Amino acid sequence: MRFFVLVWMIGFSAATLQAGDWRQFRGTNGSSISTETGLPIKWSATENIAWKVKLPGRGLSSPIVVGDRIFVTCSSGFRQDRLHVVCLNATDGSVRWDRQFTATGRTMTFPKICNATPSPASDGQRVFALFSSNDLICLDLDGNLQWYRGLTYDHPNVSNSLGMASSPVVIGDTVVAQVENDSQSLATGIDVATGLSRWTIERPKRANWTSAVTLTKETGADDNLVLLQSSAGIAAIDPITGKSAWNYDAGASTIPSAVVSEGIIYLPSQGITALQPPKGSANPEVLWKGNKLGPGTASPIAYDGRLYTVNAAGVLIAADLKTGEEKWKLRLEGPFSGTPIVADGLLYIFNEKGVGQVIKPGDTSGEVVGSNDLGEMFLCTPAVSGGAIYIRSDSTLWKIAK
Amino acid sequence: MNGLQVTGAGHRIKRAMAVGLILIYATGTCTAATLEKNIAAIRAVGPEGQGHSAAIAAMKELSVGPADSLFPLLNAFDDASPLAINWLRGAVDAVADRELKSTGHLPAAKLEAFIKDTSRRAEARRLAYEWLIKVDPAAADRLIPGMIKDASPEFRRDAVQRLIKLATGAQEEKQPERALKLYHEALAGAVDDDQVKSIVTPLREMGQTIDLQKHFGFLTEWSIAGPFDNTGLKGFDTVYAPEKGIDLAATYDGKEGPVTWKKVSTADEYGVLNIAKQLSPFKGAAMYATTTFDSDKARPVEFRLGTPNAWKLWVNGKLVFARDEYHRGVQLDQYSVKTDLKKGPNVILLKVCQNEQTEEWAQDYKYQIRICDSTGAAILPSPAAATSQVVR
Repeated sequence: MRFFVLVWMIGFSAATLQAGDWRQFRGTNGSSISTETGLPIKWSATENIAWKVKLPGRGLSSPIVVGDRIFVTCSSGFRQDRLHVVCLNATDGSVRWDRQFTATGRTMTFPKICNATPSPASDGQRVFALFSSNDLICLDLDGNLQWYRGLTYDHPNVSNSLGMASSPVVIGDTVVAQVENDSQSLATGIDVATGLSRWTIERPKRANWTSAVTLTKETGADDNLVLLQSSAGIAAIDPITGKSAWNYDAGASTIPSAVVSEGIIYLPSQGITALQPPKGSANPEVLWKGNKLGPGTASPIAYDGRLYTVNAAGVLIAADLKTGEEKWKLRLEGPFSGTPIVADGLLYIFNEKGVGQVIKPGDTSGEVVGSNDLGEMFLCTPAVSGGAIYIRSDSTLWKIAK
Repeated sequence: MNGLQVTGAGHRIKRAMAVGLILIYATGTCTAATLEKNIAAIRAVGPEGQGHSAAIAAMKELSVGPADSLFPLLNAFDDASPLAINWLRGAVDAVADRELKSTGHLPAAKLEAFIKDTSRRAEARRLAYEWLIKVDPAAADRLIPGMIKDASPEFRRDAVQRLIKLATGAQEEKQPERALKLYHEALAGAVDDDQVKSIVTPLREMGQTIDLQKHFGFLTEWSIAGPFDNTGLKGFDTVYAPEKGIDLAATYDGKEGPVTWKKVSTADEYGVLNIAKQLSPFKGAAMYATTTFDSDKARPVEFRLGTPNAWKLWVNGKLVFARDEYHRGVQLDQYSVKTDLKKGPNVILLKVCQNEQTEEWAQDYKYQIRICDSTGAAILPSPAAATSQVVR
């Protein structure tokens, strides 16, 4: 009897939705916004660092958080073909497990990045770890392999010599992987339990590093759709059938990804284009275009009546969320690869030099209230959970907390 | 292997797993027959999720198996597909991790024997090694020195690195003859370019002549014909005359007029044949390059190619891969294509396409190609046979 009680306890703790979870790239709902409060504004290598852990390989994937467990992907070896999925305890950074696999797809990337570029995702019971080699690994929270797919193994020309970066997204019982490049592109919706593709669709033959986003009640919409962005625009797909619901074909960026807030899509397209999703199969309505709001690498954030973008020159731009009208600009210390996150009314953004900047946004201006150097190159978007910020470099995972 | 510390799971988890295992054995669910059936299910996984249903069920039982199941699992790597190997690896890691955390031990002697058995799959031997050194770090010093030409690239790399370290030490201790010997031993096994560079640099400083074309197995002498039209990228899939049959005396209608085969070679030590510089900076063009390679026996090989251009590769008239990506970077061993060579002359045909991009970074028109085994070690043409390849 005691065994079953223990199993029940373990299973319950693992599967229960945790309010503070950060389950995928840019958070559980992809907004980059956390409800956490009390995060530090100042930190250094010796101040407000709860712990730091040496990682077993390189990576710029974001950490994710499920309950009290942190999941990080890494790649190692001369060919970056050793794939790691690492689970750590949030409390002290101790390693619960490190599962390793061998890439079945191409591992070549631009030298600055590596195989562990896409961020993992979780449905609260499983972790889905996608790599640039398009190996998609599903583990339970205890590190037991559930299934393994090799998307380049299945489709040998699905690869990019610069590396792939699109992170998977979970919508209902489907995990969606978008793997697009110049030679062969596809997206597939995979049953989380079986690893079998519910659908696989051809996508534009053009290199694309953006990540899918969802139109669901969690993102303020009545729909249940996954949005696939590419150089062609953005397509709304039924996650169960893979059928197209609607399409916006005026083009879009292939690096920063769209964000959805209160059901409106803010698409990096001709700067930023705000789209009202249609009812039924009509075309989406263009609400406004802000051609001076174009983001660099970081994806936009919609927060508290403002749209925030960081352009290629490292300037933070705040615009009116309803109109796209620019409200203020603030030059930050760049360059940036990761997307900012918002918590407790502040924006946090880490540059490639290791400096985490904290910005207090106002109506007419923004102010840098913290500038904190950890001395390592950060290319990822941080995760926020349990009163802490998690940020990783090629060598270290940091927990920043008071 | 990494800088992570293996830490214990909570006592509750350990106890739950231990009790669970007892229940499994008590109910007789973990038998040799069951193990065999489960391993067969894992080995049957295929592309597109084939066999997942049975494999997922098998994994649930394999992951909670006893330590003794490690070796049937490792044995099952033999001739398994890359997908199946990762499933098996997941089971091995789950079993070994639990065993180590719950008992503090692993079957070290049996693991070491398995590692030494070179008839076993390289990936399985390496995995066994990585678990062994968690409980017996000194095993590295016993095992790695003999692995300079191992079938596992990772073992090779470790063995080469050890020799580089010894050679560097000998140099520092003013023992040049010993350093020379050690560097040459290291070079004999080195397949990774970073290690090759770190060996060749001191060897050259010591006056040694190193032929990197031969070391890596680059194909350096070609007959080349073109340009054919690739305007609008349409030439990539256009079947021009060389694809229908190679006649080195033929004249073709090319994009800019009549085209004949010209002999070209490269002196670049990394085997780069630079079409833009050695011939012409063609744009919207498709070039064909052919050579023959005499193999002393029929054998599986890897063709490793680097190019920023689109390409198709035929070996003995069979298309082995095609890739229409332009200017997304170029690296040594950018692509690896597995195929078979027959004994005697093998005809290689490469189609290399340039697009019409005008940016400065999009002007490269070049390729490098080599033939090697699965570790990356060069396979050279048969020296006794007539060949268009010059072995220097």
